[in-house]
Amino acid sequence: MTCTRCPSTIQKDRKTKTNAIKTSKYNPFTFLPLNLFEQFQRIANAYFLFLLVLQVIPQISSLSWFTTVVPLVLVLTVTAAKDATDDIVSKRVFFLCGALRGEKWMNVQVGDIIKLENNQFVTADLMLLSSSEPLNLVYIETAELDGETNLKVRQALTVTGDLGEDVEKLADFNGEVRCEPPNNRLDRFMGTLTYAGQKYPLDNEKVLLRGCTLRNTQWCFGLVLFGGPETKLMQNCGKTTFKRTSIDRLMNVLVLCIFGFLAFMCTVLAIGNCFWELNEGSNFTAFLPRQDGNEATFSAFLAFWSYVIILNTVVPISLYVSVEIIRLGNSFYIDWDGKMYHAANDTPAEARTTTLNEELGQIQYVFSDKTGTLTQNIMTFNKCSVNGKSYGEVTDSCEASNKVDFSFNSLADPRFVFHDHSLVEAVKLENPEVHAFFRLLALCHTVMAEEKREGELFYLAQSPDEGALVTAARNFGFVFRSRTPDSVSIVEMGRQRSYELLAILDFNNVRKRMSVIVRSPEGKLSLYCKGADTIIYERLHRSCSKLMDVTTEHLNEFAGEGLRTLALAYKDLDEEYFNGWKRRHHEVSTSLDGREGKLDELYEEIEKDLLLLGATAVEDKLQDGVPQTIELLSKAHIKIWVLTGDKQETAENIGYSCNLLREEMNEVFVVSGNSPEDVRQELRSEVSPIGKCFPSHPIHFFVLIGSVFPPESTLGNGGVKAMADEAVNGEYGLVINGHSLAYALERGSELAFLRLACLCKAVICCRVTPLQKAQVVELVKKHKQAVTLAIGDGANDVSMIKAAHIGVGISGQEGMQAVLSSDYSFAQFRFLQRLLLVHGRWSYLRMCKFLRYFFYKNFTFTFVHFWYAFFCGFSAQTVYDEWFITLYNLVYTALPVLGMSLFDQDVNDAWSFQHPQLYVPGQLNLYFSKKAFFKCALHSCYSSLVLFFIPYAAVHDTVRDDGKDVADYQSFALLTIAHNCFVISLSPRLQLGFEMSYWTAVNTFFVLGSLAMYFAVTFTMYSDGMFLTLPSAFPFIGTGRNSLNQPNIWLTILLTSILCVLPVVTYRFLFIQLCPTINDKVQVRQAKATPPPPPRRTRIRRTSSRRSGYAFSHAQGYGDLVTSGRFLRRPALPRSSGFSHAGRTTTSFSPMGRSAGYSPTGRPQNAKVSDVEVTSLQMYKTIRDPAL
Amino acid sequence: ERFKAGKSGPSARRPDNSAFKQQRLPAWSPMLTANTVLPFFYFMALSCMLLGVWLLLTVQSTQELKLDYTKAGSCDECFEIHNSASCRLFQGDVFFYYGLQNFHQNLRRYMDSRDDGQMVGRTTNLKNPSTYCEPFIKDQKGLPIAPCGAVANSVFNDSFTLSYHGGSSGPAVPVPLLRQGITWYTDKNIKYRNPKDGNMTLAQVFQGTAQPRYWQKPAYELDPRDPANNGFINDDLIVWMREAAFPNFKKLYGVLYRAKKPFIKGLPAGNYSVDVSYNFPVQHFRGRKQVVLTTVTWFGGQNHFLPIAYLITSCLTLLVAVVLTVAWCKFGKNGRNMEE
Repeated sequence: MTCTRCPSTIQKDRKTKTNAIKTSKYNPFTFLPLNLFEQFQRIANAYFLFLLVLQVIPQISSLSWFTTVVPLVLVLTVTAAKDATDDIVSKRVFFLCGALRGEKWMNVQVGDIIKLENNQFVTADLMLLSSSEPLNLVYIETAELDGETNLKVRQALTVTGDLGEDVEKLADFNGEVRCEPPNNRLDRFMGTLTYAGQKYPLDNEKVLLRGCTLRNTQWCFGLVLFGGPETKLMQNCGKTTFKRTSIDRLMNVLVLCIFGFLAFMCTVLAIGNCFWELNEGSNFTAFLPRQDGNEATFSAFLAFWSYVIILNTVVPISLYVSVEIIRLGNSFYIDWDGKMYHAANDTPAEARTTTLNEELGQIQYVFSDKTGTLTQNIMTFNKCSVNGKSYGEVTDSCEASNKVDFSFNSLADPRFVFHDHSLVEAVKLENPEVHAFFRLLALCHTVMAEEKREGELFYLAQSPDEGALVTAARNFGFVFRSRTPDSVSIVEMGRQRSYELLAILDFNNVRKRMSVIVRSPEGKLSLYCKGADTIIYERLHRSCSKLMDVTTEHLNEFAGEGLRTLALAYKDLDEEYFNGWKRRHHEVSTSLDGREGKLDELYEEIEKDLLLLGATAVEDKLQDGVPQTIELLSKAHIKIWVLTGDKQETAENIGYSCNLLREEMNEVFVVSGNSPEDVRQELRSEVSPIGKCFPSHPIHFFVLIGSVFPPESTLGNGGVKAMADEAVNGEYGLVINGHSLAYALERGSELAFLRLACLCKAVICCRVTPLQKAQVVELVKKHKQAVTLAIGDGANDVSMIKAAHIGVGISGQEGMQAVLSSDYSFAQFRFLQRLLLVHGRWSYLRMCKFLRYFFYKNFTFTFVHFWYAFFCGFSAQTVYDEWFITLYNLVYTALPVLGMSLFDQDVNDAWSFQHPQLYVPGQLNLYFSKKAFFKCALHSCYSSLVLFFIPYAAVHDTVRDDGKDVADYQSFALLTIAHNCFVISLSPRLQLGFEMSYWTAVNTFFVLGSLAMYFAVTFTMYSDGMFLTLPSAFPFIGTGRNSLNQPNIWLTILLTSILCVLPVVTYRFLFIQLCPTINDKVQVRQAKATPPPPPRRTRIRRTSSRRSGYAFSHAQGYGDLVTSGRFLRRPALPRSSGFSHAGRTTTSFSPMGRSAGYSPTGRPQNAKVSDVEVTSLQMYKTIRDPAL
Repeated sequence: ERFKAGKSGPSARRPDNSAFKQQRLPAWSPMLTANTVLPFFYFMALSCMLLGVWLLLTVQSTQELKLDYTKAGSCDECFEIHNSASCRLFQGDVFFYYGLQNFHQNLRRYMDSRDDGQMVGRTTNLKNPSTYCEPFIKDQKGLPIAPCGAVANSVFNDSFTLSYHGGSSGPAVPVPLLRQGITWYTDKNIKYRNPKDGNMTLAQVFQGTAQPRYWQKPAYELDPRDPANNGFINDDLIVWMREAAFPNFKKLYGVLYRAKKPFIKGLPAGNYSVDVSYNFPVQHFRGRKQVVLTTVTWFGGQNHFLPIAYLITSCLTLLVAVVLTVAWCKFGKNGRNMEE
């Protein structure tokens, strides 16, 4: 036992960590300095501060200070405002979830005693002290924690349980807990409680972990062991890392490149200046004396810095702020999207971070949780086959309308829905087989019933499947009403009947069946059995062979629809035989050695020659549209991996029903080795059949093995190379369980695992811990260098949500953990397709177009200065008016660009769904990369040449129509400015333009508005009044009036525009004609036709092998509890009665889910199961004994 | 909450179903189809062609005569060039320019070296010019220079007299040139103003300032004939102060005064001579000087670039259009590329 944690005595004044988790960054006082400090850490901002310093030096200052200050201040303000709102938002969200009645959860401290009530969420790790239930039991649901849906039991120590709900006593409770330090193991806890001089061991079963929900328990008291970040859940959450998109990283690289390029340009110009000064400038000193006899070299040095100032526009200061604005806008679209709003729980989608949007358009891997994400965690009784007749077939057309009316049955559950009337008719006609069928369902289970008011029944089932079956029986007139340890009361078609419960032959995952032996009120002895079809079939009487064939057909049909099936059988027992059997059973259950095996033999003996009744089919209800979504996403080349804490069979089953695994797949590999060697062996042997798909490369397999375990040196030193995707013949699936995954994720085999996993079309990892989820994500992130998305709903998904590039939380449910750490949240898994294929794709497209356009625009703008340098003696004279430089990015061109990047859609949403391939360019980074950047720089080089030399040639030797000057500096400046404005602000339309494919009124307004703004500002700046107020700031007076009334100026603008636009149109047109991209194709189709209607939601049918339905009860059944009476809420009947003759009261029993453990597939390792956690049983015994 | 607080009920948080929020704004999606692009190219080619031809004809109707007289500085008194090419009438308004080559009015420090505050007549700036005028703020005696700065200091100071020698051998007639009205209206009336101080004459106002170093006369005596053309509002000074964008430029010197015969229709064909008082030194910076006579149209002076550029553009567009048509017929027309 590790006892590094200091003893925590139960006193409330201890100084320990509180339960609060700090998420906000600033407070009002630190905001300004901290935020400014942060902002100036950005290269671009720091650079502009540096520029500002340069501009203060008069020898260098080629531009007035305001050209830098105005944009800088604007940028800083906008960013600061955004940071502030982000911070406030994140604060608020935290408090929302933290509030609870009494004390806020965040104020709870280690050592506090807390009272929890039914259905409350446990938000700290607690040691259970006492509970309202008998024997200090507490029922909890751990779906948030490990994804398992069955209820689990926790039990307090007797010594603390005696405290009851006596607040006085509890407050006086003075003990000491020693326990292990905070760790992330959800399945393990070790500690001791020292109380009144006695030591008591504490283990996992005395502890409620943060993330559980209290169920079926009125109240309980707990002592806080770990709070806030120390809780096991939070320890499992992984690090919070600041997420940046790949575009962000690329942008930083490009900005650095631009710096390099800037330095290069300035050096060239400085050298030019040096030569010019030597050859020309020295002769010109009469007109322009050198300052202080400066030499040419010094002048060149100054020119270098002057040009740094002038050409600063290549380093786009407003880039970052514009990018943020675009992302913010696109995030709002997600918030506003009505098609991602889930009306059932009034939950709209929410973009919780506003910095990752474009990455949504580049996702290659989706990691999904199962429970609550793919499935609704609701089981419904969907179909059944009774005596060779199948019921429940639904015709799609009347799905909604044609519900069966259960009004004949006053005890029916109103929520139950069934569509086949013939079954109800059969029940009403008193068809004996149908009655037996439902009687079996009503009798053979371990469900507990609670009747709060007359006729209002609530079932408490260990697994939702059982609940569904019993509810079905209830609605069809066989209402399970109550049970005692030795009887089951049901209402059969309105008649109250009580069956004597003689034995429960409980489920375990080797038997895969459960039976009950009951005596009917008439005194008839019967055995009812339900279980996996294969198991039942082996035990059927020969006379049923015909029925078996029919039922098998039905079972296949059910399984093909992804339903979980169970076969039902019964047999009437002979009184004498049973008495003998019961005696032997009693002997065996009291014998000391080999009890397990002997009991199994005994059960085996009686469960034979059964008569088949039929089969049930339960649907683990998927969320709406999950198979369609998965199909669509995989068409978009997004790989989906399911990572779940649930059992292998359940996971596999869901894999099939949501179309992830398919029967047509060449093979589905199952890796479930129990040692590193086993796992490696399995990984190897399973890669091999895929390897054999390459007949031309016979050594492929060996190469693979070689590369699977590369020498340590290549792996260790961080030189991670992206693993290339390999071509695979055929489709494969991979299922791996948590135990094997642990080994597969070890150094030596992780690449082999990854390789195998990537060769497979579908990957399902089951029984994984939260941390393993994160490890899998990290593995893919690291070695595939792909963009990953993790989606989940529970606290167990937090780690992978944080680890993935993008985390998505399913909101609108009880737990908030996943949502709180997610980047996006919405209510339904199917919204993922809209998030990725519509919002993600558009965001990416818009961002890329924006970046291309932005760089183009700034380069074009700046290169003109470069060309002008050759005419003005490299003297760092600007071409443009200073005001234009100041306002260019912020006023004249910001809006058209923003308009484009907020409204553009190449293809509308309906067509995006129709052609998921449109998503692929994003994954391949096609729209914006270094190559695209380079192309864009070349393009702007051409444009700037046109923009400079055409006006130069047109104007340098001409005059106005009245013979006056028009080739003067100011007119020329105005001319190039006007060119820039026309070519660049009109060109979202004219130019890059033809990519701007969605031209709304707002865009038109922005573009025309910007032009109008340009003219308005220009004429204001050049007006008499401005000049007369500040002559030196506005020297361009009258230039507008005198130049823009000249026809040749306008003809020049026209020519420049034509020359800038035509090559682009030519290129695009040729491209579309010769090798059109998928976007072009879809656009053409979109223009021609109205979008096709969304595909009808049809059930995807497959021919399928059967999958047995008893996957759900992975742990052993509740039979013992039921028969012992411990489970009963009201201990109404005397305890002495009843349970001695029943069940295996002394066999090992553990209702607790074991996390990463074993698979129920019947593989050899399952044999180990039986001796797990015997201690808990002994505990029960010791507790029970005094009560007897 | 980001959502409107006003709403309540089961769908309180349902987003607005507006076209803007749902990204369904009506929009025009331009498509680059052959039906639009090819006609557009042919149309562009045709219109550029027409525009080019029209401009070319317009430009052809102007006349221009350039005369480099840089070398005149080296000979003692006169310098003769016979230009036989131009024996037509210069019809309409004829403009007389002086041109400079390789003179960098566009150097940053040169351009900055002026004080617009002084030139607009601010008395404070008159006596206390802006530091931008460095190094032409004060003369050796410490008096402020008016107008200060390198631009004003280097004002072009050659003067010209154009004489017409008639069709035959008659006596030389001086060609009347209007030396005023050669600036932009805004410059003459707003940007440049003389400082005023009560009823003082210009000379009195300028008292206490020094003339620029290279000037022979103070600013208030620039035009002895017209007192209204002195000081900062002297036309020649204003023309010079409008710095040229490029090192080769020409600036307006005068406009033919067409009130009297034989100049009513313009400059008649015949012999002309120009008397130059040669003051402005250009040899030391390898500059050149010209006089230019030209007529203008609505399109401005004689500028062959634009018409020719339009014609070339037209040809290129036509070529591209043909290439695109071929490409379309061969690859795009059948739509096979558009299939998946």
